[in-house]
Amino acid sequence: MSLDMTTLLAIVAMAVVTYITRIGGLFVADRLVLTGRAKAAFDAIPPAVLVSVIAPTALTTGWAEAIAAAVTAVVAFRLPLLATIAIGVVSVVVLRNLI
Amino acid sequence: MPMDQTNPFPTTSPYAREFRAGLRDIAPVAVAAVPIGLLFGAVAAAKGLSALEVALMSAFVYGGGAQFAAIEAWAHPAPIAALAFATLLINARHVLMGASLGPKMHLEGIQRFMAFFFLTDEAWALSERRALERPVTGAYWAAMALVLWGNWTLSTTLGAVLGSFMGDPARIGADFAFTALFIGLIAGFGRSRVTLVTVGTSAAVAALVHHFIGAPWHVASGALAGIAAAYLAASEEPRS
Repeated sequence: MSLDMTTLLAIVAMAVVTYITRIGGLFVADRLVLTGRAKAAFDAIPPAVLVSVIAPTALTTGWAEAIAAAVTAVVAFRLPLLATIAIGVVSVVVLRNLI
Repeated sequence: MPMDQTNPFPTTSPYAREFRAGLRDIAPVAVAAVPIGLLFGAVAAAKGLSALEVALMSAFVYGGGAQFAAIEAWAHPAPIAALAFATLLINARHVLMGASLGPKMHLEGIQRFMAFFFLTDEAWALSERRALERPVTGAYWAAMALVLWGNWTLSTTLGAVLGSFMGDPARIGADFAFTALFIGLIAGFGRSRVTLVTVGTSAAVAALVHHFIGAPWHVASGALAGIAAAYLAASEEPRS
């Protein structure tokens, strides 16, 4: 079982950053009340990051991936998470064979 | 799993009741997380991570969203600064969650800093719900934390072991599973105007940066563009 030093450093960096965010709230409790545009910007962080991660795969890889992503987005508002994933995966396999 | 079979608490003790309540609340979440953990491990293995590296990442980072994002943008050698920054962006929400939940938990000093290592979206949401009716105890939190952490670490490691036998994940469309998972998670943030503006802006900027500059910078640039768009879009809305 291999352990790459750069990979280990990346994991440590991610772990340290994550732990700081987890305990950060304990230091600012009761003082952190965001409103208006600042709150909207903070609330936007998770969807903004998630979209940015998948945008290249979803939009610029090919037609099969782009169409499958659109299909997945439509069902995502109606079905539970695991069903959404299953439909997305099946769609991309079918479309890759058709296109 | 090396679980002690003997009950460490007398059945009448409030600790035992709290611990069982935690187990009961977290059980469905843990079950739903197993296939996602297997999937994470398998795709991480396909990106070149060993089972040991997957186990260490799950045990110490212990954050699904950040781990998914890291693996999707993974390269060799690992771009440490970009991965750490993407992790910070994804997990910044923890600060707000901790600020809200911290005062509601019956824990002191060092216990709080140990307990909050296990802060997740799921444990947080369940605890906030419980806090509406009663205080959140250490026993309740510990039951949820240990089950979810053990479950995640084991299922992702198992996925990495199995995935290395599976071969190319693109063959069965497993490479697209992350994209589908992320679309499902994004849908959970709703369809408000600000959210749609955020998602549209981030998607466009990330795709362009990825095309013209390359990975992994599309994550930070797309995210920051979407956050800026949300800030600007929200200003036009009446205060609720």
